Amino acid sequence: MAFEIDAKDLHYRELNKLIRKAVAEGHKHLILKNVNGQRYIAAGVSAQIDIDIYGVPGLDLGAFMRGPRIRVHGNTQDGAGNTMDDGKIVVEGMAGDVVGYAMRGGKIFVASDVGYRVGIHMKAYMDKVPVIVIGGKAGDFLGEYMAGGVIILLGMYSRYPERPIAGIFLGTGMHGGVIYVREGLPETQLGAALQIEDINEEDEKILRGYLQEYCADLNYDFNEVMAAKFVKIRPQTHRPYGKLYAY
Amino acid sequence: MEILIPNKEQAGCGLSGIINRKGELIKGEVIIESICCQMERGNGLGAGYAAYGIYPEFAEYYCLHVMADTKQALKDVEEILAHKCYLVHQERIPTRATPGIVSPPRFRRYFVKPRYEGEIREICEGTVDEDDYMVELVMYINKNVSGAYVISSGRNMGAFKGVGFPDQIANFFRLEEYSAYIWTAHNRFPTNTPGWWGGAHPFTILDWSIVHNGEISSYGTNRRYLEMFGYHCTLLTDTEVVAYLLDLLIRRHGLPIELACMALAPPFWQEIDRMEEPEKSVCTAIRAVYGAAMLNGPFAILFAYNGGLVGLNDRVKLRPLVAAKKGDFYYMASEEAAIRAICPDPEEVWCPKAGEPVIVELEPHTIPNQRSYLRGEPLRISAPICRFPLAEAEEEEE
Repeated sequence: MAFEIDAKDLHYRELNKLIRKAVAEGHKHLILKNVNGQRYIAAGVSAQIDIDIYGVPGLDLGAFMRGPRIRVHGNTQDGAGNTMDDGKIVVEGMAGDVVGYAMRGGKIFVASDVGYRVGIHMKAYMDKVPVIVIGGKAGDFLGEYMAGGVIILLGMYSRYPERPIAGIFLGTGMHGGVIYVREGLPETQLGAALQIEDINEEDEKILRGYLQEYCADLNYDFNEVMAAKFVKIRPQTHRPYGKLYAY
Repeated sequence: MEILIPNKEQAGCGLSGIINRKGELIKGEVIIESICCQMERGNGLGAGYAAYGIYPEFAEYYCLHVMADTKQALKDVEEILAHKCYLVHQERIPTRATPGIVSPPRFRRYFVKPRYEGEIREICEGTVDEDDYMVELVMYINKNVSGAYVISSGRNMGAFKGVGFPDQIANFFRLEEYSAYIWTAHNRFPTNTPGWWGGAHPFTILDWSIVHNGEISSYGTNRRYLEMFGYHCTLLTDTEVVAYLLDLLIRRHGLPIELACMALAPPFWQEIDRMEEPEKSVCTAIRAVYGAAMLNGPFAILFAYNGGLVGLNDRVKLRPLVAAKKGDFYYMASEEAAIRAICPDPEEVWCPKAGEPVIVELEPHTIPNQRSYLRGEPLRISAPICRFPLAEAEEEEE
């Protein structure tokens, strides 16, 4: 049985207190109604629970969290999934800037567009591989300083027909991880020392795995998503800036 | 006025703005609710509001909002005004005692017209040069009268600002008693400059007002550039330069608003290299001529004039900005939640690109003395621009 919290006029501290209390009492499914701008929702929560959010959650949704599966029935703001460790955030609308900032595990699935610097400084270690899938388009600096993990950019479900699939300076400072882009993109959008490659069988397997889950979560047509060519973007070496200060 | 040096903990001012394109008046409570939704973005060291359409009974007169430490400072201002202006009305700006608002300065407003002497009178009276006269007068007062500042000087508009949280400042100035067709609001978190009454946003000159989230690291360059044109920065805060740059570029130099925005947040040279003519030449010229007007550093700004509201980000979008529309209402804010707080079901919500101005003007002939700075059809440039009204043909389709 779902536990419902009406967030109307609640300060984020009160709301988070109620969430933590509900988790401590053993509730497995929380429904947050009338959320509008409350920051740090479920931040640092370490539990296998489901949270449905109605409204627009504030900055740093799910920051540092380990385990919760959050579904946002609408848009979310900047910094969702900041340094999250495990769990999942599914956004049925758009997401703001610096989504998945320094993320180190778990998944963020966004149905439509995202803002600037998404996936900045994501990192992976052993079996902890953070994943961001974006159904729409991305602003500049996607995957900036990326050190590990996977970003998949579809560009299919965007509200900005006039914009390129990704802004400029994509992957600036990237030295690990991989960015997959459906239908590719011009090299002018890329940061320095990156390469665009065709995907191989291994990549195909990875893409199919994540995108099947993504399409199931967001009710998209998997076959349609897979019906185009993907490219992958990787750093040319794992230390592209190794000699920058060496002279 | 006491000057408070902030602790450098974190940054993130909050902005909110609303315009009704048909000039319909919006109650003060609306903007207050929106900016207060972003309470966490400020730290109590500054908040402020600009309101357009609040003095219809004196719409032909420049309204000077004056902030002063002492009675003497007010007297000094009044003496200057007596020489330089025709004064039709003056009064105390109504305020109320508000918990948390400590030792506020005095506030008065003066409704004036320039008073020319001798030959100049025949040349200037009733012309656009009145604006230049008023700019010079404001600069003179701010520079020369100790402890007094003109905090707004436009017609049929006013700025209300001070040290406090946005709900406190709104309560202090009794803003729920005003209605305006454009509102902007600011919740301040000063980082590099002091928190004091004069340093709160909005910054204004004539009917320009600007609220800003970010840091103008080119302040020194911009300030020296403006000094060549007679603008003096007296308010100890980086944002002040933007108000004067807008006046210089758009009103005095006559740049269409899109080009002025391009001068403030120009494309990178590498982007210009990829452009085609004539756009390439336009952008090159703007960067070459207005290099000293470029704003370096992170910013999201909302600026307004009596005919419109504009939102603009720095060219790598280091501060947030969201826009939305519903019917004739257009909203811009730092956070989507601040818009949803006053418009739960907007028709459209979007995030403008870096350097992409969102320009929303009133419909033509909505108010007296209405200013429009679109200056014709949209420029055929690939740099993104979002403007209302759209090009004429597109407007008809809508």
